[in-house]
Amino acid sequence: MSHLSRFTSYKHESAIFPTTPQRVWLAILIVAAILLPLFLVSLVDGRSWLILFATAFVAAIGAIGLNIITGFAGQVSLGQAFFIGVGAYTATALGSPAVLAADGSVELIGFDLPMVIWLPAAGLVAALAGVIIAPIAFRLEGLYLALVTLGLVFVGAHVFRNWTALTGGVGRGREAATLSAFGYRFDLDSQVLGFNITREQQIYWLMLVFLVVMAILAKNLIRSKDGRAFAAIRDRGVAAELMGVNPTKYKTLAFAISSFYAGITGALLFTITGFIEPTSFSLLLSIAYIAMVVIGGLASIAGSIMGALFIILLPKLIDLVFLGDAIDLVMGWIPGLGSESGEPPLTSAQIERILFGVLIIAFLIVEPLGLYGIWIRIRNYWKAFPFSY
Amino acid sequence: MISSSLDVVVTFGAFSIETSRFLQAVIEGISLAGIYTLIAIGFVIIYKSTQVLSFAQPALLIMGAYLASYVSITLGFGFWVGIAVAILLSGFVGYLTERAVLRPMVGKPVFAVAILTIGLDIAIRVIVGDLIGVNIRAIGTSTSEGFGAPSLPWGSTPLRFGDLAGVGGVVIQPRVFAIVFTATVAVVALVVFFNRTRWGLAMRGSSFDQEVALAQGVNVGRVASLAWIIGGSLAGVAGVLAATSFTGLSQSSYLIALKALPVVVVGGLDSIGGAIVGALIIGLAESFTSTYQARYVPWLGDNFSQVVPYLVMVIVLIFRPYGIFGTKEVERI
Repeated sequence: MSHLSRFTSYKHESAIFPTTPQRVWLAILIVAAILLPLFLVSLVDGRSWLILFATAFVAAIGAIGLNIITGFAGQVSLGQAFFIGVGAYTATALGSPAVLAADGSVELIGFDLPMVIWLPAAGLVAALAGVIIAPIAFRLEGLYLALVTLGLVFVGAHVFRNWTALTGGVGRGREAATLSAFGYRFDLDSQVLGFNITREQQIYWLMLVFLVVMAILAKNLIRSKDGRAFAAIRDRGVAAELMGVNPTKYKTLAFAISSFYAGITGALLFTITGFIEPTSFSLLLSIAYIAMVVIGGLASIAGSIMGALFIILLPKLIDLVFLGDAIDLVMGWIPGLGSESGEPPLTSAQIERILFGVLIIAFLIVEPLGLYGIWIRIRNYWKAFPFSY
Repeated sequence: MISSSLDVVVTFGAFSIETSRFLQAVIEGISLAGIYTLIAIGFVIIYKSTQVLSFAQPALLIMGAYLASYVSITLGFGFWVGIAVAILLSGFVGYLTERAVLRPMVGKPVFAVAILTIGLDIAIRVIVGDLIGVNIRAIGTSTSEGFGAPSLPWGSTPLRFGDLAGVGGVVIQPRVFAIVFTATVAVVALVVFFNRTRWGLAMRGSSFDQEVALAQGVNVGRVASLAWIIGGSLAGVAGVLAATSFTGLSQSSYLIALKALPVVVVGGLDSIGGAIVGALIIGLAESFTSTYQARYVPWLGDNFSQVVPYLVMVIVLIFRPYGIFGTKEVERI
């Protein structure tokens, strides 16, 4: 690494934020993120922007989780949608009240417990599911985790569709857990010290806090012994084993942590909209998370956050830069695309999915370090400016 | 034809199995297995020659089926032109994939290449899905009966055994013969190709050791291209055959290619013989589940048979992690 010379000791180099500029910039970024809602709320569509940012923060937690298993430990997981589903339903079963049918029998399971219980429980149950599946996926080297988790997504989707006492069933769904802690409701407008605070602002700040906590935990994990073991397994499994790293143990650990993060994401994600539909947990959701990780940057925590922001804000970005029109223009020559003449060939949801695919391919080939890698290059360019290196 | 009922009812405790129902399930299973074999061999050939697990097969499959439907019915060229175009173009897209997208990734980590094929799959699948639209499409030669009932070269008269009223009898749709025939021809042709031709030898060589093959003058790049052409064409054929069923071609037809991944795992990732055995195991397990599960274990839910392949895969991974015919990997540092 080019910046090695800046460090005077190993302890210094392995610090969580090793340099002063890094710490200063991080502080500025966090302060800006905290102040953003005060500005956004005055915009016409400020509420939808706040909700999008809050969604992106929650998605970033799941993306960090996927990056721990895929980016750091080098095991492809297609199962993020399943673990998000497990988290979502654990949270809603524990955190929302039971619904009784007319004859007094339980129609929807619910325990109405507070957030301090359902949030960690969602993570832990998802992690437990990960630990149960890990021995099957990690008996062999290679891409078996991708295959097992692919099956898991389909089996999970089947269970979510059919276990109506938990999920409400297809077309009905159920309400998500309530966002309240110690009697304080985050999902209602309120007044604090005479200031009016909207529901959206509160959700934004709450999710930002969760993201910062989870990101710092992950950053700490990857600089620890366990984090280095993950990287060793990714780079050369057999060599890692010879150095005393037990691959099965560390892959299982990485997968459990990754599932924990996905569980937390699942628990929080649906509290924003307040509703869970059992068909949400499809392979497409897993692919969206893979896109976040690849576009943001494999093996980078900051990259995962950038990737999640990028993917969640993608519909807005498509509108802003007329990307949709450009893609329509490119695809327009294919006969039969689009249902009726005069209509644009592709809907915005389809354009989004095509971009998932195209950007995954483009980033893997051209910029494997993702948005994070682009940022590093821009930073290094300006650091040495006006010299090229 | 026999006019009396074929039924012999075998009873084990609470379970009773009528032979006709049982045989019908076997036939459905074999028909599924034929399609799975075609897809699975594509996976195996690509995996053996390039060490890539292609998650793009579903896209190639549904694209082949769509092209066949478009050429044969929308353009009205008939079944044979349709299937020829499907084979050629899905093979060509396989080739393009290898050249444009996978060649730059040579030497990159395996997991990155797998993710790349996932990206490719979703991009192609969205476009083909939009082309298919919300309606079910068919493949074949248009007839006077209209768009929905095209004629297929093997006709539509099923073979019936036993009670013709449908109770206690067995019905074999002609497409089952077409599927089994195609799968057999494909397997035999590939075995001959691998064992008797120069390119087959080159492919075997480079799957054994790429660098040694390279040193012997094998054009490893072309071998990879060829593997993707074969893999793409097989997916295209499988797509066409799958779409000749009653359910036709819809946006979700690609799922069958994902169910072929468990087939490959059950048989062993690097074995063509294993792919056939795996296809039979998964195909039969799936058809038996769809025949009997609703009656005996209804609480498992509708369409439970669709997840059976994945459950079989998990069981096999627990007891025989390398699959039934897979070779144990030996790794060097």
